Amino acid sequence: MALTNLYLTPTALLISLALMLGGCQSLNSQPDRSLYQQLGEREGIENVVEDLLYLIVEDERINQQFKGMDVARFHQNLTDQLCELSGGPCSYTGREMRELHSDMDITDTQFNALAENLILAMEQNDIPTGAQNRLIKQLLPLYPDIRNL
Amino acid sequence: MIKRRLMTLTVALLMAPAAMADIGSRIWATGGVTTIEGSAGGGLVPWALLGSYASDEEWGGTVALSRAEVDDYSLSVTGAGLNWNNRLEITVARQTLDLDSLVFTLKDGFGLEQDELNQDIFGAKVRLAGDVLYSPWGQWSAGVQYKRQRDFTVPSAIGARDDSGTDVYVSGSKLFFAAVMERNLLVNLSARATRANQGGLLGFGGDQNNSHELMMEGSVGLFLNRQWLVGAEYRQKPDNLGFATEDDWWDLFVAWVPDRRLAVTGALVNLGDVATLEDQQGLYLSLQGSF
Repeated sequence: MALTNLYLTPTALLISLALMLGGCQSLNSQPDRSLYQQLGEREGIENVVEDLLYLIVEDERINQQFKGMDVARFHQNLTDQLCELSGGPCSYTGREMRELHSDMDITDTQFNALAENLILAMEQNDIPTGAQNRLIKQLLPLYPDIRNL
Repeated sequence: MIKRRLMTLTVALLMAPAAMADIGSRIWATGGVTTIEGSAGGGLVPWALLGSYASDEEWGGTVALSRAEVDDYSLSVTGAGLNWNNRLEITVARQTLDLDSLVFTLKDGFGLEQDELNQDIFGAKVRLAGDVLYSPWGQWSAGVQYKRQRDFTVPSAIGARDDSGTDVYVSGSKLFFAAVMERNLLVNLSARATRANQGGLLGFGGDQNNSHELMMEGSVGLFLNRQWLVGAEYRQKPDNLGFATEDDWWDLFVAWVPDRRLAVTGALVNLGDVATLEDQQGLYLSLQGSF
């Protein structure tokens, strides 16, 4: 193998590696498509949030924090919020995020657990990796509000 | 329909059992892998990430076995680390460098009969601020690596001044979500003060320079998905010994993290000239288990 030649063009090798490995899963061919549509519009988001709720119930790191909440209302509020953040025709009408989480003392462990469950819920609904990444990017500004930092 | 399912969930939440720790909670692959010096990072360069998956209320640990085979040398590393609350990382590593072809140079030139060099590295890294995923300015850490030769005969003969030394580094890491082709991009930059020759395997300090110098080390990696990371690393090196020039190191790597317990890293490494033997290139493979 002509290793020497490959070493001369590390960038080219890196790109070909990326393409080779990327072939296992669909690299997004339509980057212009709106995030809202990639998530399956309102119905797709509703399904993700529902699966997220199932994962939360099973997750001993965080289910205590959700004890006693109005699940139907949480489902609607989070669906509205993700729909709005992804550019869909919805508006979040729940309480302001910082105020909502101010007494919950949410730790990094719990925040990570919720992020993990959101990713798993998106995977269960076959949301493409690129759309997952874009949605999480939209959610990042909420981190200091939720952690009360 | 959805109403009824949500009702069931409400009941399930009421009966949910209390918390119990599993393996750590940080997101997949955010512990990096184990470097050849034991600290969490890539293969050659430490990152600001702390090893294992421990988050702020958890303990975690890693064990790793690594091997680099370049033209005239092979390096084996055994490493282990502990992480407390994603705040403090403590690591140990033992490196064994098989000298292969250099054995003849040493015998003819210096009358030395030795076929391997051994070094132990004790490391500590503190996360100073930030989170690699969630903080706009990324995650910042500072670390030390105390390195100790197990047999100083060869390094001493070629002009190294000391059989032990301490590297100090500051490191920043940041993941940019959906940055390249909607994929997440990990960027790391480290500044290291060191007087180690070839990472310490050839001792510390020398006839050309005997004091700590600042070296820059960097890496970029692209997450193809949450299990596959491809990237490159570059590590600037000092050149303390008149006996032989020392080059910077670089590598191209692929890491596979199927779940939190296992990480497999493969790389093409280029170590440049090492102790008079030129252009050392080859393959690197590392297995890491987390608990």
